Amino acid sequence: MNEIELLHWARGTGLKWALVVFLLGVVLRFVEMWLLGRKPDLAVARASGAVGGWRTVFTRSLPTPGLIKTSALVFIGGYVFHIGLLIVLVLFVPHIELFRSLLGFGWPGLPSAVIALVAIVSMAALVALLVHRVMHPVRRFLSGFQDYFVWLVTFLPFLTGYLASHSPVVSYTSTLAAHILSVELLLVVFPFTKLIHALTFAVSRWYNGAIAGRKGVAV
Amino acid sequence: MADDRTLGEALAQRGISRRSFLKFCATMTSLLALPPGMAEVMAETLARTRRQSVIWLSFQECTGCTESLTRSHSPTLEGLMFEAISLDYHHTLQAAAGTAAEAAREQAMKDNYGKYIVIVDGSIPLNAGGAYSTIAGRTNLDMLKETAAGAAAIVSVGTCAAFGGLPHANPNPTGAVAVSDIIKDKPIVNVSGCPPIPVVITGVVAYFLTLGTLPELDSLGRPKVFFGDSIHDRCYRRPFYDQGKFAKTFDDEGARNGWCLYELGCKGPVTHNACATTKWNGGVSFPIESGHPCLGCSEPNFWDAGSFYQSLPTPTTSVKGAAVAAVVAGAAVGAAVGAASRRRKSKAAKARTPVTVDDLK
Repeated sequence: MNEIELLHWARGTGLKWALVVFLLGVVLRFVEMWLLGRKPDLAVARASGAVGGWRTVFTRSLPTPGLIKTSALVFIGGYVFHIGLLIVLVLFVPHIELFRSLLGFGWPGLPSAVIALVAIVSMAALVALLVHRVMHPVRRFLSGFQDYFVWLVTFLPFLTGYLASHSPVVSYTSTLAAHILSVELLLVVFPFTKLIHALTFAVSRWYNGAIAGRKGVAV
Repeated sequence: MADDRTLGEALAQRGISRRSFLKFCATMTSLLALPPGMAEVMAETLARTRRQSVIWLSFQECTGCTESLTRSHSPTLEGLMFEAISLDYHHTLQAAAGTAAEAAREQAMKDNYGKYIVIVDGSIPLNAGGAYSTIAGRTNLDMLKETAAGAAAIVSVGTCAAFGGLPHANPNPTGAVAVSDIIKDKPIVNVSGCPPIPVVITGVVAYFLTLGTLPELDSLGRPKVFFGDSIHDRCYRRPFYDQGKFAKTFDDEGARNGWCLYELGCKGPVTHNACATTKWNGGVSFPIESGHPCLGCSEPNFWDAGSFYQSLPTPTTSVKGAAVAAVVAGAAVGAAVGAASRRRKSKAAKARTPVTVDDLK
């Protein structure tokens, strides 16, 4: 299989099966969690749980007071990486073209030089967070194989995507194939690892906010 | 067609001046990325060269490759060079027919065994014993093997000969394959393209005649000097891609402004060819300059790489059916796992033995 055939496979069969595993896994996890159920709260509600839930979904995206003093690198690196990931994923024109083909609609994108800059900054943040995880004794103790594995499968799409248009050695065809395959790896492992927090974060925040909201407490 | 004139003599008789010939050699040397001094060497070597015997085999093809060479712009030095080489066998161009034509090929093979160049355009069908394409009652496979046996080198002209091309496209009813899938013991150069650029064909032949060897090839057997860069890298519209300025339709303001054709399906980023530098029709333009996206015709399997008019990130196969099936299957498996968890929880609750006050005494 030469590089263009590998690219065709990645754009066709590979993408289809990666999406199948991703969708199957995500739906499976959500249905399973939903069926586990919660005990009914029989107490009289002091305030709306739904309002509290939705509020928490958004307020928990804001910085925790004092975090920048206790762990500045995690604070800055975390925000830089997550916002960078969102920008690169959603505002790079080829990515928008993929979404347009899958969803039927698109939106304006950013110049590729801006995306490249954001990608570099995001990769630097990811590397800094990894070094911090390895160097910090408590974080190292708390980290297992999966923590490093999900870091790798998140980092690879950034690296291959950047190299696709900036590699002086490897051809665009090969790096583009590697980029798509790395994203497909991400899609396959996403539902079954900690990466699923990218979707479940909203649900867990909502429950936390709703439980507190019913008691009349804003969190 | 064979005679004993040197190439220089043949060109002189055609009215090509020494100055024009030197200019051609200088251009060709530049295109082939050879040192400047090689222009004179090429001129001297080519001028002294006895006309190289060339056998052109046309198999499962559309004659577009020959048309590209002969009709590109007339008259040309490239075309004249092909008249000046000893083109001993070519279906479209030769005067002989039937038994006489085949005799010409066999005579050329006998006279120049081990020295002649074989140029192939078209793929070779293998299904049904090769019966899908025959010449003089012989299969393409048989004729290729016989002719290639005495060749010094083989030039696979066009994407069909190089990679299978259109006949190889899914579902490939004839079992079409490329020359390199059959011939393994001869040097092969792939000059892909649908059709290929004339100057690339003549460039490879000129390189072989001058240096007696083949140019450096890429991983797909194509001359690096012509196929080293992608269309995208050499495209004059590349700055618009970088700025995020794209034509959305063929007649919108972006198209009129000459913006990037990426969203209209341009395959330039993954296509390697010299269109953006040598251009077509005597250097007038190339497809993108004429407002049409690159089809990626010099790459393997370009017919099966999705629609020509859908952008590169578009999946090449439909994912909707599989996505719906995945969601349904995910819901079913999730429900089964969830139900099993609830049963386990209920069973554990029933089996639980409450601690009584008596137990604590």
